[in-house]
Amino acid sequence: MHFWDGYRGTSFTELLEAEHPQLKPNLRHWFAEPGQLPPTASGTTCLALRFAGGALVAGDRLATMGNQVASRRIEKVFATDDYSLMAIAGAAGPAMEMARLIGIQFEHREKIEGAPLELEGKANTLAQLIRQNLPAAMQGLAVLPLFAGYDRRRRTGRVWKYEITGGRYEESEFECVGSGAIFARESLKVSFRENAQRADALRMAVQALTDAADEDRGTGGVDDERGIYPNVKFCTAEGVESAPDEEVAGAWREVLVARRRRRE
Amino acid sequence: MSLPFYVNPEQMARDKSEYARKGIARGKSVVTLECGAGVLIVAENPLKLQKLGEIYDRIAFAGVGRFSEFERLRKMGVQWADVEGYRFSRDDVRGKALANLYAQALGEEFTRSSKPFEVEIVVAEVGDAELAGQEANAIYQVSFDGAIQDHEGYCVIGGSIHALQRHLETNYRANLELGAALRLGRDTLQRAENGNPNLRSGDLEVIVLDRRRSGRRFRRLPPEEVQQILG
Repeated sequence: MHFWDGYRGTSFTELLEAEHPQLKPNLRHWFAEPGQLPPTASGTTCLALRFAGGALVAGDRLATMGNQVASRRIEKVFATDDYSLMAIAGAAGPAMEMARLIGIQFEHREKIEGAPLELEGKANTLAQLIRQNLPAAMQGLAVLPLFAGYDRRRRTGRVWKYEITGGRYEESEFECVGSGAIFARESLKVSFRENAQRADALRMAVQALTDAADEDRGTGGVDDERGIYPNVKFCTAEGVESAPDEEVAGAWREVLVARRRRRE
Repeated sequence: MSLPFYVNPEQMARDKSEYARKGIARGKSVVTLECGAGVLIVAENPLKLQKLGEIYDRIAFAGVGRFSEFERLRKMGVQWADVEGYRFSRDDVRGKALANLYAQALGEEFTRSSKPFEVEIVVAEVGDAELAGQEANAIYQVSFDGAIQDHEGYCVIGGSIHALQRHLETNYRANLELGAALRLGRDTLQRAENGNPNLRSGDLEVIVLDRRRSGRRFRRLPPEEVQQILG
Protein backbone atom coordinates (compact mmCIF):
# COMPACT_ATOMS: atom_id res chain seq x y z
CA MET A 1 0.00 0.00 0.00
CA HIS A 2 1.42 3.39 -0.88
CA PHE A 3 -0.07 6.66 0.22
CA TRP A 4 0.71 9.35 -2.25
CA ASP A 5 1.80 7.81 -5.51
CA GLY A 6 -1.01 5.33 -6.17
CA TYR A 7 -3.83 5.60 -8.70
CA ARG A 8 -6.31 8.30 -7.66
CA GLY A 9 -9.19 7.92 -10.10
CA THR A 10 -12.55 6.26 -9.68
CA SER A 11 -12.27 3.58 -12.36
CA PHE A 12 -11.60 0.00 -11.37
CA THR A 13 -10.35 -1.04 -14.81
CA GLU A 14 -7.89 1.86 -14.87
CA LEU A 15 -6.77 0.89 -11.38
CA LEU A 16 -6.04 -2.62 -12.64
CA GLU A 17 -4.17 -1.26 -15.62
CA ALA A 18 -2.10 1.14 -13.53
CA GLU A 19 -1.28 -1.06 -10.57
CA HIS A 20 -2.13 -4.67 -11.39
CA PRO A 21 -1.71 -5.06 -15.16
CA GLN A 22 -1.36 -8.83 -14.79
CA LEU A 23 -4.98 -9.04 -13.56
CA LYS A 24 -6.51 -7.14 -16.46
CA PRO A 25 -8.09 -9.60 -18.88
CA ASN A 26 -6.21 -9.13 -22.11
CA LEU A 27 -7.85 -11.14 -24.83
CA ARG A 28 -5.13 -10.30 -27.32
CA HIS A 29 -3.04 -13.05 -25.78
CA TRP A 30 -5.69 -15.69 -26.05
CA PHE A 31 -4.61 -17.01 -29.42
CA ALA A 32 -1.34 -17.36 -31.24
CA GLU A 33 -2.23 -16.16 -34.69
CA PRO A 34 -5.13 -14.39 -36.33
CA GLY A 35 -7.82 -16.79 -37.35
CA GLN A 36 -6.65 -19.57 -35.03
CA LEU A 37 -9.57 -19.52 -32.71
CA PRO A 38 -10.01 -22.30 -30.17
CA PRO A 39 -13.58 -23.63 -29.88
CA THR A 40 -15.56 -21.39 -27.54
CA ALA A 41 -19.07 -21.51 -26.13
CA SER A 42 -21.56 -19.26 -27.90
CA GLY A 43 -25.11 -19.14 -29.29
CA THR A 44 -27.80 -17.19 -27.56
CA THR A 45 -30.97 -15.23 -27.64
CA CYS A 46 -31.25 -12.35 -25.22
CA LEU A 47 -33.74 -9.52 -25.25
CA ALA A 48 -34.44 -6.33 -23.37
CA LEU A 49 -37.68 -4.37 -23.42
CA ARG A 50 -39.22 -1.38 -21.72
CA PHE A 51 -42.45 -1.73 -19.82
CA ALA A 52 -44.56 0.46 -17.54
CA GLY A 53 -42.48 -0.14 -14.39
CA GLY A 54 -39.02 -0.02 -15.96
CA ALA A 55 -37.05 -2.48 -18.06
CA LEU A 56 -37.02 -6.26 -18.45
CA VAL A 57 -34.08 -8.36 -19.61
CA ALA A 58 -34.39 -12.04 -20.51
CA GLY A 59 -32.15 -14.71 -21.94
CA ASP A 60 -32.20 -18.41 -22.76
CA ARG A 61 -30.00 -20.86 -20.85
CA LEU A 62 -28.17 -22.81 -23.54
CA ALA A 63 -24.50 -22.49 -24.45
CA THR A 64 -23.28 -24.35 -27.51
CA MET A 65 -19.84 -25.22 -28.81
CA GLY A 66 -20.13 -25.84 -32.52
CA ASN A 67 -23.05 -28.23 -32.79
CA GLN A 68 -22.74 -29.54 -29.25
CA VAL A 69 -24.23 -28.43 -25.98
CA ALA A 70 -21.66 -26.76 -23.74
CA SER A 71 -24.04 -26.00 -20.89
CA ARG A 72 -27.80 -26.15 -20.41
CA ARG A 73 -28.05 -23.87 -17.44
CA ILE A 74 -25.76 -20.98 -18.21
CA GLU A 75 -26.89 -17.56 -16.95
CA LYS A 76 -26.76 -14.79 -19.51
CA VAL A 77 -28.64 -12.09 -17.60
CA PHE A 78 -26.76 -10.33 -14.82
CA ALA A 79 -27.65 -7.63 -12.35
CA THR A 80 -24.67 -5.30 -12.71
CA ASP A 81 -25.88 -3.30 -9.71
CA ASP A 82 -29.17 -2.46 -7.96
CA TYR A 83 -30.57 -0.54 -10.93
CA SER A 84 -29.03 -2.03 -14.04
CA LEU A 85 -29.04 -5.29 -15.96
CA MET A 86 -26.85 -6.74 -18.63
CA ALA A 87 -27.43 -9.66 -20.98
CA ILE A 88 -24.55 -11.22 -22.85
CA ALA A 89 -24.32 -12.72 -26.30
CA GLY A 90 -21.28 -13.89 -28.19
CA ALA A 91 -18.24 -15.70 -26.83
CA ALA A 92 -19.32 -16.82 -23.35
CA GLY A 93 -15.92 -16.65 -21.61
CA PRO A 94 -15.01 -13.03 -22.37
CA ALA A 95 -18.65 -11.98 -22.06
CA MET A 96 -18.98 -13.32 -18.53
CA GLU A 97 -15.67 -11.79 -17.55
CA MET A 98 -16.93 -8.48 -18.91
CA ALA A 99 -20.14 -8.77 -16.89
CA ARG A 100 -18.14 -9.43 -13.73
CA LEU A 101 -15.76 -6.57 -14.40
CA ILE A 102 -18.52 -4.09 -15.14
CA GLY A 103 -20.32 -5.01 -11.90
CA ILE A 104 -17.15 -4.32 -9.91
CA GLN A 105 -16.57 -1.13 -11.90
CA PHE A 106 -20.00 0.25 -10.88
CA GLU A 107 -19.60 -0.79 -7.27
CA HIS A 108 -16.06 0.60 -7.08
CA ARG A 109 -17.05 3.99 -8.41
CA GLU A 110 -20.06 4.10 -6.06
CA LYS A 111 -17.89 3.40 -3.02
CA ILE A 112 -15.03 5.73 -3.98
CA GLU A 113 -17.31 8.66 -4.79
CA GLY A 114 -20.09 7.87 -2.36
CA ALA A 115 -22.64 8.04 -5.18
CA PRO A 116 -23.55 5.64 -7.99
CA LEU A 117 -23.05 6.50 -11.65
CA GLU A 118 -26.06 7.74 -13.57
CA LEU A 119 -27.59 5.09 -15.84
CA GLU A 120 -26.21 6.82 -18.92
CA GLY A 121 -22.75 6.83 -17.33
CA LYS A 122 -23.04 3.11 -16.75
CA ALA A 123 -24.05 2.55 -20.39
CA ASN A 124 -21.01 4.55 -21.53
CA THR A 125 -18.67 2.62 -19.24
CA LEU A 126 -19.82 -0.59 -20.88
CA ALA A 127 -19.21 0.90 -24.34
CA GLN A 128 -15.60 1.61 -23.35
CA LEU A 129 -15.06 -1.98 -22.23
CA ILE A 130 -16.47 -3.29 -25.50
CA ARG A 131 -14.21 -0.96 -27.47
CA GLN A 132 -11.20 -2.27 -25.56
CA ASN A 133 -12.24 -5.76 -26.59
CA LEU A 134 -12.19 -4.85 -30.29
CA PRO A 135 -8.93 -6.67 -31.18
CA ALA A 136 -10.37 -9.89 -29.77
CA ALA A 137 -13.69 -9.22 -31.47
CA MET A 138 -11.92 -8.97 -34.81
CA GLN A 139 -10.62 -12.50 -34.22
CA GLY A 140 -14.09 -13.82 -33.60
CA LEU A 141 -14.40 -13.35 -29.83
CA ALA A 142 -16.98 -10.62 -29.99
CA VAL A 143 -18.99 -9.68 -26.92
CA LEU A 144 -22.32 -8.10 -27.71
CA PRO A 145 -24.30 -7.22 -24.65
CA LEU A 146 -27.63 -5.58 -24.05
CA PHE A 147 -27.75 -3.10 -21.26
CA ALA A 148 -30.90 -1.94 -19.51
CA GLY A 149 -31.86 -0.33 -16.27
CA TYR A 150 -34.08 1.98 -14.37
CA ASP A 151 -33.12 5.66 -14.67
CA ARG A 152 -33.90 7.12 -11.26
CA ARG A 153 -33.56 10.70 -12.46
CA ARG A 154 -35.96 10.31 -15.39
CA ARG A 155 -38.10 7.68 -13.65
CA THR A 156 -38.20 5.33 -16.60
CA GLY A 157 -36.68 2.13 -17.93
CA ARG A 158 -34.01 2.45 -20.63
CA VAL A 159 -32.45 -0.04 -23.03
CA TRP A 160 -29.18 0.06 -25.00
CA LYS A 161 -27.63 -2.16 -27.64
CA TYR A 162 -23.98 -2.17 -28.70
CA GLU A 163 -21.79 -3.05 -31.61
CA ILE A 164 -18.27 -4.47 -31.43
CA THR A 165 -16.63 -1.09 -32.01
CA GLY A 166 -18.21 0.21 -28.82
CA GLY A 167 -21.01 2.02 -30.63
CA ARG A 168 -24.00 2.35 -28.36
CA TYR A 169 -27.60 2.92 -29.38
CA GLU A 170 -30.55 3.55 -27.16
CA GLU A 171 -33.76 1.75 -28.05
CA SER A 172 -37.18 3.12 -27.26
CA GLU A 173 -39.06 -0.21 -27.30
CA PHE A 174 -37.05 -3.45 -27.33
CA GLU A 175 -33.89 -5.03 -28.67
CA CYS A 176 -32.57 -8.57 -29.13
CA VAL A 177 -29.09 -10.04 -29.56
CA GLY A 178 -27.61 -13.44 -30.36
CA SER A 179 -28.03 -16.10 -32.99
CA GLY A 180 -31.81 -16.22 -32.49
CA ALA A 181 -32.26 -12.46 -32.27
CA ILE A 182 -33.86 -12.13 -35.68
CA PHE A 183 -36.72 -14.48 -34.67
CA ALA A 184 -37.18 -12.91 -31.25
CA ARG A 185 -37.32 -9.49 -32.87
CA GLU A 186 -40.00 -10.62 -35.32
CA SER A 187 -41.99 -12.05 -32.43
CA LEU A 188 -41.74 -8.87 -30.37
CA LYS A 189 -42.61 -6.75 -33.38
CA VAL A 190 -46.04 -8.36 -33.33
CA SER A 191 -46.59 -8.70 -29.59
CA PHE A 192 -44.96 -5.55 -28.19
CA ARG A 193 -47.24 -3.07 -26.45
CA GLU A 194 -45.98 0.13 -24.95
CA ASN A 195 -46.36 0.65 -21.20
CA ALA A 196 -47.22 -2.99 -20.67
CA GLN A 197 -47.82 -4.28 -17.17
CA ARG A 198 -45.32 -6.63 -15.58
CA ALA A 199 -47.20 -9.86 -16.40
CA ASP A 200 -47.72 -8.84 -20.05
CA ALA A 201 -44.08 -7.87 -20.39
CA LEU A 202 -43.06 -11.25 -19.02
CA ARG A 203 -45.36 -13.04 -21.48
CA MET A 204 -44.00 -11.04 -24.45
CA ALA A 205 -40.45 -11.93 -23.43
CA VAL A 206 -41.11 -15.64 -22.91
CA GLN A 207 -43.00 -15.82 -26.19
CA ALA A 208 -40.15 -14.18 -28.09
CA LEU A 209 -37.59 -16.55 -26.55
CA THR A 210 -39.80 -19.55 -27.32
CA ASP A 211 -40.19 -18.42 -30.93
CA ALA A 212 -36.43 -17.93 -31.22
CA ALA A 213 -35.74 -21.37 -29.77
CA ASP A 214 -38.14 -22.86 -32.32
CA GLU A 215 -36.13 -21.54 -35.24
CA ASP A 216 -32.56 -21.26 -33.95
CA ARG A 217 -30.62 -24.35 -32.85
CA GLY A 218 -28.24 -22.23 -30.80
CA THR A 219 -31.04 -21.04 -28.53
CA GLY A 220 -32.44 -23.19 -25.75
CA GLY A 221 -36.18 -23.29 -25.20
CA VAL A 222 -38.03 -24.15 -22.04
CA ASP A 223 -36.92 -27.57 -20.83
CA ASP A 224 -39.89 -28.61 -18.70
CA GLU A 225 -38.51 -32.06 -18.04
CA ARG A 226 -35.26 -30.80 -16.50
CA GLY A 227 -36.94 -27.74 -15.02
CA ILE A 228 -34.86 -25.23 -17.01
CA TYR A 229 -36.54 -21.90 -17.75
CA PRO A 230 -35.23 -18.71 -19.31
CA ASN A 231 -33.75 -16.08 -16.98
CA VAL A 232 -35.99 -13.06 -16.69
CA LYS A 233 -35.06 -10.04 -14.59
CA PHE A 234 -37.02 -6.85 -13.96
CA CYS A 235 -35.46 -3.53 -13.09
CA THR A 236 -37.81 -0.97 -11.55
CA ALA A 237 -37.79 1.85 -9.03
CA GLU A 238 -37.57 -0.84 -6.33
CA GLY A 239 -34.40 -2.32 -7.82
CA VAL A 240 -33.64 -5.58 -9.59
CA GLU A 241 -35.88 -8.58 -9.18
CA SER A 242 -35.67 -12.01 -10.79
CA ALA A 243 -38.85 -13.67 -12.02
CA PRO A 244 -39.19 -16.99 -10.15
CA ASP A 245 -39.13 -20.12 -12.33
CA GLU A 246 -42.81 -20.86 -11.56
CA GLU A 247 -43.83 -17.49 -12.91
CA VAL A 248 -41.80 -17.98 -16.10
CA ALA A 249 -43.24 -21.48 -16.46
CA GLY A 250 -46.75 -20.04 -16.06
CA ALA A 251 -46.13 -17.47 -18.79
CA TRP A 252 -44.73 -20.22 -21.03
CA ARG A 253 -47.89 -22.34 -20.58
CA GLU A 254 -50.03 -19.32 -21.48
CA VAL A 255 -47.98 -18.92 -24.66
CA LEU A 256 -48.54 -22.58 -25.55
CA VAL A 257 -52.28 -22.34 -24.92
CA ALA A 258 -52.54 -19.25 -27.12
CA ARG A 259 -50.63 -21.04 -29.89
CA ARG A 260 -52.92 -24.05 -29.74
CA ARG A 261 -55.96 -21.82 -29.87
CA ARG A 262 -54.60 -20.10 -32.95
CA ARG A 263 -54.27 -23.44 -34.73
CA GLU A 264 -57.74 -24.67 -33.87
CA MET B 1 28.34 20.98 4.17
CA SER B 2 27.11 21.00 7.71
CA LEU B 3 26.01 17.88 9.51
CA PRO B 4 22.35 17.72 10.46
CA PHE B 5 21.68 18.11 14.16
CA TYR B 6 21.40 14.91 16.11
CA VAL B 7 17.90 14.33 17.39
CA ASN B 8 17.13 11.63 19.88
CA PRO B 9 14.75 9.22 18.09
CA GLU B 10 12.73 8.77 21.24
CA GLN B 11 12.27 12.51 21.51
CA MET B 12 11.31 12.70 17.84
CA ALA B 13 8.66 9.97 18.18
CA ARG B 14 7.26 11.71 21.27
CA ASP B 15 7.02 15.01 19.45
CA LYS B 16 5.31 13.44 16.48
CA SER B 17 2.84 11.61 18.70
CA GLU B 18 2.00 14.76 20.55
CA TYR B 19 1.47 16.59 17.29
CA ALA B 20 -0.80 13.85 15.93
CA ARG B 21 -2.79 13.55 19.15
CA LYS B 22 -3.45 17.28 19.19
CA GLY B 23 -4.77 17.12 15.66
CA ILE B 24 -7.05 14.18 16.44
CA ALA B 25 -8.31 15.71 19.70
CA ARG B 26 -9.76 18.67 17.80
CA GLY B 27 -12.10 16.35 15.88
CA LYS B 28 -15.42 14.92 16.94
CA SER B 29 -15.74 11.32 18.07
CA VAL B 30 -17.08 8.18 16.41
CA VAL B 31 -18.71 5.27 18.26
CA THR B 32 -18.77 1.73 16.87
CA LEU B 33 -21.16 -0.76 18.50
CA GLU B 34 -21.94 -4.41 17.94
CA CYS B 35 -25.68 -4.95 18.09
CA GLY B 36 -28.30 -7.53 17.17
CA ALA B 37 -28.59 -6.21 13.63
CA GLY B 38 -24.82 -6.36 13.09
CA VAL B 39 -22.44 -3.46 13.58
CA LEU B 40 -23.60 0.12 14.04
CA ILE B 41 -21.35 3.15 13.63
CA VAL B 42 -22.47 6.57 14.85
CA ALA B 43 -20.50 9.75 14.24
CA GLU B 44 -21.13 13.31 15.30
CA ASN B 45 -20.95 14.96 11.92
CA PRO B 46 -23.28 17.77 10.89
CA LEU B 47 -21.35 18.25 7.63
CA LYS B 48 -21.89 16.76 4.20
CA LEU B 49 -18.34 15.35 4.10
CA GLN B 50 -18.58 11.79 5.33
CA LYS B 51 -16.47 10.10 7.97
CA LEU B 52 -17.99 6.66 7.54
CA GLY B 53 -17.75 4.64 4.38
CA GLU B 54 -18.33 1.29 2.75
CA ILE B 55 -15.26 -0.78 1.99
CA TYR B 56 -16.67 -4.15 0.94
CA ASP B 57 -19.53 -6.60 1.46
CA ARG B 58 -19.07 -6.91 5.22
CA ILE B 59 -16.52 -4.19 5.95
CA ALA B 60 -16.98 -0.55 6.86
CA PHE B 61 -14.55 2.26 7.58
CA ALA B 62 -14.67 5.11 10.10
CA GLY B 63 -12.12 7.87 10.46
CA VAL B 64 -11.47 10.85 12.73
CA GLY B 65 -8.90 13.59 12.47
CA ARG B 66 -7.79 15.31 9.30
CA PHE B 67 -10.38 14.66 6.60
CA SER B 68 -8.08 14.57 3.57
CA GLU B 69 -5.87 12.02 5.28
CA PHE B 70 -8.46 9.51 6.40
CA GLU B 71 -10.34 9.97 3.13
CA ARG B 72 -7.18 8.87 1.32
CA LEU B 73 -6.99 5.87 3.64
CA ARG B 74 -10.61 5.00 2.95
CA LYS B 75 -10.12 5.12 -0.81
CA MET B 76 -7.00 2.98 -0.55
CA GLY B 77 -9.05 0.47 1.40
CA VAL B 78 -11.74 0.35 -1.29
CA GLN B 79 -9.09 -0.11 -3.97
CA TRP B 80 -7.41 -2.88 -2.04
CA ALA B 81 -10.69 -4.66 -1.28
CA ASP B 82 -12.03 -4.54 -4.84
CA VAL B 83 -8.77 -5.81 -6.30
CA GLU B 84 -8.55 -8.54 -3.67
CA GLY B 85 -12.13 -9.64 -4.35
CA TYR B 86 -11.56 -9.61 -8.10
CA ARG B 87 -8.32 -11.54 -7.79
CA PHE B 88 -9.69 -14.17 -5.40
CA SER B 89 -13.30 -14.26 -4.20
CA ARG B 90 -15.65 -11.97 -2.31
CA ASP B 91 -15.32 -14.11 0.84
CA ASP B 92 -11.55 -13.67 0.79
CA VAL B 93 -11.74 -9.96 1.54
CA ARG B 94 -11.32 -9.75 5.31
CA GLY B 95 -11.27 -6.91 7.78
CA LYS B 96 -8.25 -8.20 9.65
CA ALA B 97 -6.06 -8.15 6.55
CA LEU B 98 -7.16 -4.61 5.79
CA ALA B 99 -6.57 -3.42 9.35
CA ASN B 100 -3.07 -4.90 9.20
CA LEU B 101 -2.36 -3.13 5.94
CA TYR B 102 -3.49 0.16 7.43
CA ALA B 103 -1.33 -0.45 10.50
CA GLN B 104 1.69 -1.13 8.34
CA ALA B 105 1.15 1.87 6.10
CA LEU B 106 0.51 4.25 9.00
CA GLY B 107 3.47 2.88 10.96
CA GLU B 108 5.82 3.43 8.04
CA GLU B 109 4.48 6.90 7.43
CA PHE B 110 4.92 7.71 11.12
CA THR B 111 8.61 6.79 11.19
CA ARG B 112 9.53 8.05 7.73
CA SER B 113 7.86 11.39 7.29
CA SER B 114 8.32 14.46 9.44
CA LYS B 115 4.58 15.08 9.66
CA PRO B 116 2.63 12.04 10.84
CA PHE B 117 -0.97 11.40 9.82
CA GLU B 118 -3.41 13.03 12.23
CA VAL B 119 -5.95 10.24 12.05
CA GLU B 120 -7.46 7.39 13.94
CA ILE B 121 -9.52 4.82 12.10
CA VAL B 122 -11.80 1.87 12.69
CA VAL B 123 -12.24 -1.12 10.40
CA ALA B 124 -15.46 -2.92 11.30
CA GLU B 125 -16.50 -6.28 9.93
CA VAL B 126 -19.88 -7.93 10.41
CA GLY B 127 -20.00 -11.71 10.73
CA ASP B 128 -21.83 -14.06 8.40
CA ALA B 129 -23.79 -16.87 10.10
CA GLU B 130 -23.56 -18.97 6.92
CA LEU B 131 -19.76 -18.98 6.75
CA ALA B 132 -18.11 -21.39 9.17
CA GLY B 133 -15.42 -19.62 11.16
CA GLN B 134 -16.57 -16.15 10.13
CA GLU B 135 -19.71 -15.85 12.26
CA ALA B 136 -18.33 -13.25 14.67
CA ASN B 137 -18.09 -9.49 14.19
CA ALA B 138 -14.72 -7.79 14.42
CA ILE B 139 -13.74 -4.21 15.27
CA TYR B 140 -10.16 -3.06 14.69
CA GLN B 141 -8.81 0.31 15.71
CA VAL B 142 -5.68 1.67 14.04
CA SER B 143 -3.86 4.75 15.34
CA PHE B 144 -1.70 7.35 13.63
CA ASP B 145 1.50 5.49 14.57
CA GLY B 146 0.30 2.15 13.25
CA ALA B 147 -0.74 0.74 16.62
CA ILE B 148 -3.55 -1.74 16.10
CA GLN B 149 -6.06 -3.00 18.63
CA ASP B 150 -9.11 -5.19 18.37
CA HIS B 151 -12.25 -4.53 20.37
CA GLU B 152 -15.18 -6.57 21.49
CA GLY B 153 -18.59 -4.95 21.79
CA TYR B 154 -17.72 -1.32 21.24
CA CYS B 155 -14.98 1.10 20.33
CA VAL B 156 -14.62 4.88 20.54
CA ILE B 157 -12.20 6.95 18.52
CA GLY B 158 -11.62 10.68 18.41
CA GLY B 159 -10.80 13.46 20.81
CA SER B 160 -11.68 13.17 24.49
CA ILE B 161 -12.83 9.59 24.65
CA HIS B 162 -12.53 8.73 28.35
CA ALA B 163 -15.97 9.94 29.37
CA LEU B 164 -17.43 8.17 26.36
CA GLN B 165 -15.71 4.91 27.20
CA ARG B 166 -16.89 5.10 30.81
CA HIS B 167 -20.45 5.62 29.63
CA LEU B 168 -20.27 2.60 27.37
CA GLU B 169 -18.64 0.44 30.04
CA THR B 170 -21.66 0.83 32.26
CA ASN B 171 -24.42 1.00 29.64
CA TYR B 172 -23.40 -1.32 26.81
CA ARG B 173 -25.30 -4.62 26.51
CA ALA B 174 -24.77 -7.33 23.94
CA ASN B 175 -27.38 -7.84 21.19
CA LEU B 176 -29.13 -4.50 21.57
CA GLU B 177 -31.74 -3.91 18.92
CA LEU B 178 -30.88 -1.27 16.35
CA GLY B 179 -32.92 1.56 17.88
CA ALA B 180 -31.52 1.02 21.37
CA ALA B 181 -27.99 0.84 20.01
CA LEU B 182 -28.45 4.08 18.09
CA ARG B 183 -29.81 5.84 21.18
CA LEU B 184 -26.85 4.54 23.21
CA GLY B 185 -24.50 5.80 20.51
CA ARG B 186 -26.08 9.24 20.56
CA ASP B 187 -26.07 9.42 24.38
CA THR B 188 -22.40 8.40 24.39
CA LEU B 189 -21.38 11.05 21.86
CA GLN B 190 -23.17 13.71 23.89
CA ARG B 191 -20.71 13.13 26.73
CA ALA B 192 -17.71 14.26 24.67
CA GLU B 193 -15.98 17.36 26.09
CA ASN B 194 -15.75 19.02 22.72
CA GLY B 195 -19.08 17.61 21.51
CA ASN B 196 -22.61 18.88 21.38
CA PRO B 197 -24.64 17.91 24.49
CA ASN B 198 -27.91 18.05 22.53
CA LEU B 199 -27.33 16.05 19.40
CA ARG B 200 -30.18 15.99 16.92
CA SER B 201 -30.67 13.56 14.08
CA GLY B 202 -29.21 16.06 11.60
CA ASP B 203 -25.96 16.17 13.56
CA LEU B 204 -25.38 12.45 13.26
CA GLU B 205 -23.95 10.28 10.54
CA VAL B 206 -25.11 6.70 11.00
CA ILE B 207 -24.31 3.51 9.11
CA VAL B 208 -25.04 -0.11 9.84
CA LEU B 209 -23.48 -3.33 8.57
CA ASP B 210 -26.69 -5.31 8.51
CA ARG B 211 -26.27 -9.01 9.29
CA ARG B 212 -29.64 -9.89 7.79
CA ARG B 213 -28.82 -8.61 4.34
CA SER B 214 -26.87 -10.60 1.79
CA GLY B 215 -24.16 -9.26 -0.51
CA ARG B 216 -23.33 -5.68 0.38
CA ARG B 217 -24.36 -5.31 4.05
CA PHE B 218 -23.48 -1.62 4.32
CA ARG B 219 -26.44 0.69 4.74
CA ARG B 220 -26.42 4.41 5.41
CA LEU B 221 -29.38 5.39 7.60
CA PRO B 222 -31.14 8.39 6.04
CA PRO B 223 -31.76 11.35 8.40
CA GLU B 224 -35.52 10.64 8.43
CA GLU B 225 -34.92 7.13 9.73
CA VAL B 226 -32.48 8.38 12.39
CA GLN B 227 -35.04 11.02 13.37
CA GLN B 228 -37.77 8.40 13.63
CA ILE B 229 -35.66 6.13 15.85
CA LEU B 230 -34.44 8.91 18.14
CA GLY B 231 -37.94 10.36 18.39
